[in-house]
Amino acid sequence: MSDNTTFMQADGVESLIDVMAGKIWTLINDKEISDPLMVGIRTGGVWLAERLHQELGLRDPLGTLDISFYRDDFTRIGMNPEVHPSDLPIPVDDRHIILVDDVLHTGRTIRAALNEIFDYGRPASITLATLVDRSGRELPIQPDVTGLHPSLDPDQHITLIGPDPLGLILGAKTNRTSRGDEQDKDA
Amino acid sequence: MSLSNKALQLDDEQRLLHFLTIDGLDRSILTEILDTAEGFTGVSERTIKKVPLCRGKVVANLFFENSTRTRTTFELAAKRLSADVLNLNISASATSKGETLLDTLRNLEAMHVDMFIVRHATSGAAHFIAQHADPGVGVINAGDGRHAHPTQAMLDMFTIRRHKGEFVGLRVAIVGDILHSRVARSQILALNTLGVSEVRVVAPQTLLPSDARSLGVHVYHDFDEGIRDVDVIIMLRLQKERMQGALLPSEHEYFSLYGLTERRLAMAKPDAIVMHPGPINRGVEMDSKVADGSKSVILQQVSYGIAIRMAIISMVIGTQNLRTQEVAV
Repeated sequence: MSDNTTFMQADGVESLIDVMAGKIWTLINDKEISDPLMVGIRTGGVWLAERLHQELGLRDPLGTLDISFYRDDFTRIGMNPEVHPSDLPIPVDDRHIILVDDVLHTGRTIRAALNEIFDYGRPASITLATLVDRSGRELPIQPDVTGLHPSLDPDQHITLIGPDPLGLILGAKTNRTSRGDEQDKDA
Repeated sequence: MSLSNKALQLDDEQRLLHFLTIDGLDRSILTEILDTAEGFTGVSERTIKKVPLCRGKVVANLFFENSTRTRTTFELAAKRLSADVLNLNISASATSKGETLLDTLRNLEAMHVDMFIVRHATSGAAHFIAQHADPGVGVINAGDGRHAHPTQAMLDMFTIRRHKGEFVGLRVAIVGDILHSRVARSQILALNTLGVSEVRVVAPQTLLPSDARSLGVHVYHDFDEGIRDVDVIIMLRLQKERMQGALLPSEHEYFSLYGLTERRLAMAKPDAIVMHPGPINRGVEMDSKVADGSKSVILQQVSYGIAIRMAIISMVIGTQNLRTQEVAV
C-alpha cells in the first residue's frame, strides 16, 4: 500500500465527472431516452453515480449493485467478507439504465453487473459510463461514456478513492487471494 | 473442546471450513455471518430469486431426524445460491438396511457432493462427519441431539439485530425447556459472544440442565420475575419427543406457570419482541394471541433463516474451494 502514488486529485476527478455528465446528457438526448434509471456499482461506481445523478437531476432514486454474488472468481477467492445488499428501488423492466462504474479493466465486473440486473427484470437498454477506461479487456465490453483513457502497464493498478474527496491513485497490483486486502473488483 | 471446535471450523485465516457449533467462534466471525446474510436478504424479493454463487455445487441434506422448517429453508437457501440439492431421508433409506454412517458418507462423496447438511439425534454426529469428510467437502450442523443447532441460533441473532440494532445493552430471556434444547445452548453461546448485557433462562427446575449457571446465564424459576424489563423473549418448544418420565405435571399446568400470555408480556419492555424457533404448541408455550400478535416476529425468523443459511453455505463452500486449490498447488 505504501508505494501508491496519486494519479489525479479531487479537482481533476470532479471536472472529469462534469465532462461525463455532459456526454451522458448528449447521449440520452440523441437516443431520445426519457427518465433513465441510474445504477452504480459498489463501491467507487456508487460514489461516481451519486454525483452524476445529482448533476443530471434524474427523477428516480439511484440504484446500487454489489456484484459479490455474481463474481466469476468466487471459487478462487471465496466469499467477499464485506458484501452489501444490492438495492434497485425501482423496477428495471422496460427502463433505460445508465450503469456507472469507476474503472473498466477486464470487463468481468460489468459482465457480473449485467447478469445481476437481468435477475431483477428486463430493461429496455443499458448504457455504460465509466470514469476510467483502461487497457486489459478480457471480454467484449466497451463503455458508451468515459472520462479518461490512461496508458497503463499491465501490472499497474488504478483505483478511485473517496467518497469525499475523490481521487485516483496508482499502485502495483495487490495479492488478491489474501484476505483483508481490498478486493480488486475488476481484475 | 473449544480449541478443537475452533481448529475444525476455521482455517488459518479465520474463514469458515465447517459450521458445527457456536462454541469456539468469536464475535468477528459471528458478525461476518450476520453481515453476509444482510447481503442476501434482498434476493428473496427479486423477479429471479437466485444468485449464481454456488452454481455447479452439490449440497446434500442429510436428515437422520425429521424436520420440515429447517430442511426446507436449507433447501431453499442452497437453491437460491444455484446449488443442486439432494434430500436424503436417511431414516427411510440405507441405514435401516445396516449401512454405517461412514459408508453412507463415502457413497455420497463418490457422487461428488460438495456439502453435507446434517441433522442427527446423536450429539456430535456433524462433528464426526466433518472429521471424516474429504478436503473440499464442508459440513453444516442442522441440529445434533441435545448439543447444538447453530444455524437456528444465528437466524435468531439476525432477527434480534434487525429489530434492536445492537446487542450491547440488551436483556434476553429464554423460556421453557432448556434441558432438552440444543437451540437454547447455541443461543446462549451466541448471545454471550455477541455481548448482550444479560441472558436469562426461565424454566422449572426439572427442565434445566444441572450446570445451567455455568453457561453464563441468570436462572429464574418465576416467569413473571424473569420476563421483567427484557428486550427479547425467546420461547422454546416443549420437546415432548425427547422427554422420558414425568418432567411435567400436565400441559395445562405448564401453561399456567410458563405459558406466555398478553398479561405476562406486559411485564417486558414495551418494545419487546417475541421469538420461537417453531413449531409452536399453541396453548402450551404461548397463547395464540401472543403468537399472532404485534410483538411476535416468529414468521420473520423463518424468512431470515433463508438468508442466514445462504450466508453460511456460501462462506463454507467458498473456504472449501480455496482449500482444494491449496491442496492442488
